[in-house]
Order: sequence, then C-alpha cells, then structure tokens
Amino acid sequence: MTEMLGYEFMQRALLAALVVGIAAPAVGIYLVQRRQALMGDGIGHVALTGVALGFLLSTSPVWMAVLVASLGAMGMELIRWYGKTRGDLALALLFYGGMAGGVMIINLAPNGSNANLVTYLFGSITTVSQPDLINIVCLSAAVLLVCVGLRRQLFAICQDEEFARVTGLPVRLLNLLLAVTAAVTVTVSMRVVGLLLVSALMVIPVATAQQATRGFATTLGLSVLFGVLVTLSGTTLSYHADVPPGASIVLIAIGLFVVVTVLATPLARRRAKRAAADGGTGTLEEEYTPVRA
Amino acid sequence: MKSQEPVISLRGATASLGSRPVLRGLDLTVERGEVVALLGPNGSGKSTTVRAVIGQIPVTSGTLELFGKPLARFRDWRRVGYVPQRSTAASGVPATVREVVSSGRLARARLRPLNRADKEAVNAAMRLVGMESRAGDSVNALSGGQHQRVLIARALAGEPDVLIMDEPLAGVDLASQQVLADALAEQTRNGTSVLLVLHELGPLAPLIDRAVVLHEGRVERVDHPERLHDLACHPHDTNEADPASKIETGLLS
Repeated sequence: MTEMLGYEFMQRALLAALVVGIAAPAVGIYLVQRRQALMGDGIGHVALTGVALGFLLSTSPVWMAVLVASLGAMGMELIRWYGKTRGDLALALLFYGGMAGGVMIINLAPNGSNANLVTYLFGSITTVSQPDLINIVCLSAAVLLVCVGLRRQLFAICQDEEFARVTGLPVRLLNLLLAVTAAVTVTVSMRVVGLLLVSALMVIPVATAQQATRGFATTLGLSVLFGVLVTLSGTTLSYHADVPPGASIVLIAIGLFVVVTVLATPLARRRAKRAAADGGTGTLEEEYTPVRA
Repeated sequence: MKSQEPVISLRGATASLGSRPVLRGLDLTVERGEVVALLGPNGSGKSTTVRAVIGQIPVTSGTLELFGKPLARFRDWRRVGYVPQRSTAASGVPATVREVVSSGRLARARLRPLNRADKEAVNAAMRLVGMESRAGDSVNALSGGQHQRVLIARALAGEPDVLIMDEPLAGVDLASQQVLADALAEQTRNGTSVLLVLHELGPLAPLIDRAVVLHEGRVERVDHPERLHDLACHPHDTNEADPASKIETGLLS
C-alpha cells in the first residue's frame, strides 16, 4: 500500500478516482430518478466527437469534450421537450452520430488514428497529469456545488416535473443546468473509467444505495460513499493485479450491487410487511387527530 | 380593486389534446374563498380544464385569467397549489414523505435553501393531513390514500391561495377521504379557494359551494350541491344498476 502511494502517478490517479467517485453518483442520482439512466452513456458517445475535435484543432481534448458534450446534452434535453413521439429515435441519431463523428474526425487529424481515442474510450487513470488533475478537481467541485446546493430543486424537477413547473421554479433552466452538469461529469470521468463505462459509475452506485435506503438525501449520501469505495478499490486493484482500472471499477461496482441486494432483501421484506400492516388497515386512529375549529 | 378579481376565470376556452378538441367554449369562474367541484363523465374535459388552468395545456381560444391576470402574464405561482392525479408508478429513487412535501415549499423558497420558517410550514402541512408521524418513511411504502394525503400536503406546504386538485379522492380509502375533507375544511375556513375534479362528492359534499357539470367540453349545468345532496352525500349507497338516479343528475355516469 505504502509502496503504491510512493508513486506520484498513483497519488494523482487515486485523487482523480476519489473526486470522480464523488461527482459521478451525485449527478447520476437525478438521471436515475428521472428514468434516464442511460443518458450518461449517450453523452459519452457525443463527447467522443469533442475529443477528436480537440486533436484536429490541436486544443485540449478534455475542454473540447466538455464543450461538445454540453451542447449534446442540451440537445438531448431539447429533444425531450419538443420531440414527444419520436424522441428515442432522435436520441439514437445523436448518440451514433457522436460516435461516428469522433471516429471520422480523429482520422482527419494530422497523425490521428483510432488509437488516440482508446485512452478516452476505456480511460487511462495512471496517465493523469498535474494539469489534468487540476481540471478534474475544479470541474468536479462545480458539479458538486450544483448537485448538492440545488438538491431540493433538482429533486423536485426530476420527481414530478409538472408539479415543479406549477410551483414557478425555472424548470427549463434547471433541466439545462442538470444536462450540462451531467456532460461535465462524463468528460471529467472519462479519464478514470473511459467514455464507454462512464454511465456505469453514474448509475450503479445509485442503484446499489437505493436497495437499502428510504429517502433521497440518504440515497445521495450512500451512493457517493459507494462511488468512492469502488473507484478507490478499483484503482488499487489495477495497480496490484495489473488489470485495467476502468473495468476493475465497474466490475467491483456490480459486485457491490449484488452483495447489497442480497443483504437488503430480508430488510426490504421486513419493511414491506410493516408497511402493509400500517397502510392496509388505514390506521387512522394512531396517526391522525381530526382538526376541529 | 385587486381583491374583487376572481381567482380563476375561463371564458369561452377551447383546448385540444393532439388533434382532438376537448374543451369547446368553456366558461368557469372561481371566486375568492369559493369551493368549486368539476363533475362529468370520462372524457368530458374535467382534467383538461384543470391542466389548462395551471398552464400545462394551452388554451387555443377564449381567455384564461388567474387572480385577474392573463395566464401569459401571471407570475405569482406560489399562490397556486396543485395536486395532480395520483400516479401509481413508484419513483426511481426512494424519497421520504418529508422530502416530497418539502418540494412543495419551493413555490416560496424558489432557488434558496429552506429556512426554519419553511421547515415549519412543511411540518404544519404534514400535520394537517395526519402524515407527520410518517415523515421519515418512503412514499413508496404508503397506501393509495396516504400517498394522496402526501400530495395534498405538498401543495399546502407553499401556503397557496387556491388549491387545484385533480381527482383527489380516486383510489382513496374512506378513512383518508375524511382526513382530506377535514384538511380542506380547515383551509377553506382560512379563505383558500378550491377547484377540484371529482367523480363523486363523497365526504367533501358539505364543503362545496358550486358543482359544475361538464359534458363534451362545455358546462352542462351548474348546481348548488344541496340539490345534489342525496346523491352526493351517499355515493356508496347509490345502486349502480339504477339508471334513473344517474339520468336525474348526470353525476355518476
């Protein structure tokens, strides 16, 4: 362990893993709540075009990916508003257009080939540089600020969007903010787990946490905890066993999901039994005192 | 005089769902402190009326005013408490009763965090519907009637001047119906106006000032509920097989 921490590249890798482990589930919970668990995957496809554009224009692939992924995510949000019936097909066009665009553009870039994309598709946490790390930390801090600071508002729009509109909340603005936040998270996480596995880190810790929780805030906290647990242990495993970090992180996350599900099943059964005993009979007497003027 | 303006005023309103016209020249007014029930058969436009009033379905012709302002210029949404038709679908991520009710307080808190007064209003709303003891429970663990009470508490948390409710009694056990009736009585005593869609008046009958019966997107008749009293107060006694009573009032069909 101490040997691992002696290497600067591993220090950076673990710090990046920690930060991404916090940020990804913090955004993912809203997508899961809105039943858009695969949105992160779509954003990842679109981000690939951004990465390739970065190579073509000789600018930073990460910042170009942030820009293109944000535009893509806002596009998906607009499709959700306006495209009621064929929304899924429009999304498919956007996803695969983003993927194909990335492959096409990278091959137009001088000295570019699909090999350049591999580190972004599958992640390469051990090559995170000092400037990369600063970007990752700053962007993740912004993501957390939105996801925690506006949690009640984002909860409201994801839980019941129509009701949120009637309360007078700026629902469209919040939706766009959430889309951009998700896009930033995807691009931040792509160095750690890769664009193809980003969505897993946004969704699986949330799915795991909600097996054992009753409320939104506790689910948020627990999923961040699980996120950190799997990114750190996955990165550590990849160092010791010489296996790819992205795949290790995701497989550990799935393993944790299975373990928690098995452990939580008796708990859920007991809870359901109690709820049925409480709710089924309409126990008015114990919980309600009539209001009399 | 601002206080003389009706809370809700629809005149000659038309609206469509897709290409199907649902409202065909609807007139409806809810005055301050008034409780108005919308009744009528399925497809008569009750829910569409409610969703048009809250701005979720566009009114294609005619006028719609809230608190004396045309909908397009109405910004004071914290005065409106909306209770949607309860959906049976469980939400993706668990949420506690308190969390759901708190989201209704955003009508006043908007983008700022909830302060102590906000939290007290949330507690008061839960207390009013008898759900305070369940504040920490997941809404997915509640019965239909309890869930409906949570949705009403959510609307009340914003301390609205008008409550707009779509079928608040649907799938609600009799005990919860009485809780809702008491909570509503408390609200209307404090001057809150109410527009609600009902299939049957049930225990709410004594609260209702006016029953508006819709038929094919128009107002078929307006009745004082006392004229509907027998049917309204004893909906469960009504013999389903007795067509005479249905024709007489056009209420339960």
